[in-house]
Amino acid sequence: MVSLKELKKGFFTSLWFVFLTFPIVVIKVDPIERTVMWRWQNALYMAAGTFCVYLLVKYFQNRKENQSSNENKAQTSSLIHRALQKPLQRNILFGVVATFAILFPHLFSTYQTNVMTTALMYVVLGLGLNIVVGLAGLLDLGFVAFYAVGAYSYALLNLHFGLGFWTVLPIGGLLAATFGILLGFPVLRLRGDYLAIVTLGFGEIIRLILENWGEFSKGPSGISNISRPGFFGMGLNLEQSIHYTYYLMILFVIVTIFVVNRLQDSRLGRAWIALREDEIACQAMGIDKRKTKLVAFSLGAFWAGIVGVMFAAKTTFINPASFTFLESAIILSIVVLGGMGSIIGVLLGALILILMPEYLRALSEYRMLAFGAILVCMMVFRPQGLISNIRRTYKFEKKTN
Amino acid sequence: MKQPILNVTGLSMDFGGIRALNSLDLDVNNGEIVALIGPNGAGKTTFFNCITGIYKPTAGDIFLTPPNSSKKISLKGLKPNQVTEKGLARTFQNIRLFPKMTVLENVLIGRHCRTKAFIFGAIFRTPATRKEEKNSLETSYFILEKLGLAGFANEFADNLPYGAQRRLEIARALATEPLLLLLDEPAAGMNPQETIELDFLIKRISGEGQAILLIEHDMQLVMSLSDRIFVMDYGKKIAQGTPAEIRQNPAVIKAYLGEEVDA
Repeated sequence: MVSLKELKKGFFTSLWFVFLTFPIVVIKVDPIERTVMWRWQNALYMAAGTFCVYLLVKYFQNRKENQSSNENKAQTSSLIHRALQKPLQRNILFGVVATFAILFPHLFSTYQTNVMTTALMYVVLGLGLNIVVGLAGLLDLGFVAFYAVGAYSYALLNLHFGLGFWTVLPIGGLLAATFGILLGFPVLRLRGDYLAIVTLGFGEIIRLILENWGEFSKGPSGISNISRPGFFGMGLNLEQSIHYTYYLMILFVIVTIFVVNRLQDSRLGRAWIALREDEIACQAMGIDKRKTKLVAFSLGAFWAGIVGVMFAAKTTFINPASFTFLESAIILSIVVLGGMGSIIGVLLGALILILMPEYLRALSEYRMLAFGAILVCMMVFRPQGLISNIRRTYKFEKKTN
Repeated sequence: MKQPILNVTGLSMDFGGIRALNSLDLDVNNGEIVALIGPNGAGKTTFFNCITGIYKPTAGDIFLTPPNSSKKISLKGLKPNQVTEKGLARTFQNIRLFPKMTVLENVLIGRHCRTKAFIFGAIFRTPATRKEEKNSLETSYFILEKLGLAGFANEFADNLPYGAQRRLEIARALATEPLLLLLDEPAAGMNPQETIELDFLIKRISGEGQAILLIEHDMQLVMSLSDRIFVMDYGKKIAQGTPAEIRQNPAVIKAYLGEEVDA
């Protein structure tokens, strides 16, 4: 539990906090009446609150330390992983999730369905970035650029040539992948902070081009009246179309999870992880660093391109304001918060990060505050992310033993 | 049997104005254990880095000759991964495993350059990919068993005891099917018991016909293992010969112990 020493420290911490927040919490100046109100009871609340939070933090920290010292293995297998290991539990879990996903548009309003579709788009974006950041360990802060490439390729091809959603979907993906390679080439030698800065610059370049090259992209006013996804040539009304988009997104998520899962467990996936762990050793073991990095960049970008096309088709209007650095930051937070390299983690991370601000609207002005607080808490208590990645264990060898 | 496998001639490496390697000649024959020794800072690891492509040598030639073939492959100017592909695999002086991968996966990485599956194969798991994957797994597991690491197969590499980590580095290098295995101070930091085990292990690997070039400071180990020894000091080769010859060589004694002052 908490020792006396910590209680004492907690007391002083809360005292210090009261002192720091004194001007905003206690003093209230009324400029009209020209009086100063001293709200001393607020200081008391502040002190009590801080003290409680401090004790809570300490308690959890102590518990965590005890856990890690007691049993090394217990900490690595989280609740979800344990649930997933048993086939029966796994099937039940999948069944419940699948039923919920299928029934969702019928249970909730079109607004909720729309919000959920957006969240699913971020799942795919997160999984794409997960290849680059989580697996290959290349910190990419300009991921939104590929998303923009996908969205604009659909918008422009639709506007000028009247191409449909399904035709442009692969084109958008491949175009984004090409841009991934284009970005990849100059940054092959870079790592860590340097790479982050260059990718950040790349993201901004794409956005600025879209904003300023009016003849090409129609500038800040954007492109409107983009066709929604076609459904065998049938006309859909707005509600049907929203449902259709939702189910399409579910399909994309499933395909993405399938593909990323397979990639992760392949020769290529192992090479990415090795690259993340130790670049020099990786090369010395015969892995072509250049090729592996480029493939990571282009595959990650491919998913962003696909989602970009989807985004343009869903909102029917795009402009450069949708592709700011904030988007990249959110996608990156999804990956980090969810757990680098973990598919379920990214899935949960995207749902939490996208749905939470949406449902915290009730708290309106405190929304971002709560959002920030949750992120900070995450980093304090679970720096490895919600669900950390576990490597596959190979069982078949035990037979040969 | 005495067919040369690695030929290095006139290898020089400059770092700015400092000549780290000065016109070095070295050769390793098929099936031999050759040791490269010298005081700290003599340029031994620089030599390894030059022949494995991590550094680009300033001058000189490096040739690899696969056994039963007279074709010489020049390794000069190749990238590290290409050098490994041609058949030169190394370990590192300061352990460089992939800590957050399992032991088996570490060895599987070594199989990378001997396998082909790519994006398409990974996504669709074609029969060819599955067969290749199965082969890789079996080969890797076989190597782990050989080096006594099979029990750790699903363990994270950084959870392994120190000696086992050193052996895993060797396992990983062996998985690339090298013509010549380069060991950079394999016994560094090992206790005497572990060193003895390492001695057996290297002899066993060598017994299977594997040519080995090693850098080592533990003289007992070097003398027990090597067929031939090259001695370096200040980037230059100062002696070469059998262990017995090296022990008597005045230049070597001088390099290690300093010169006696004339009375």
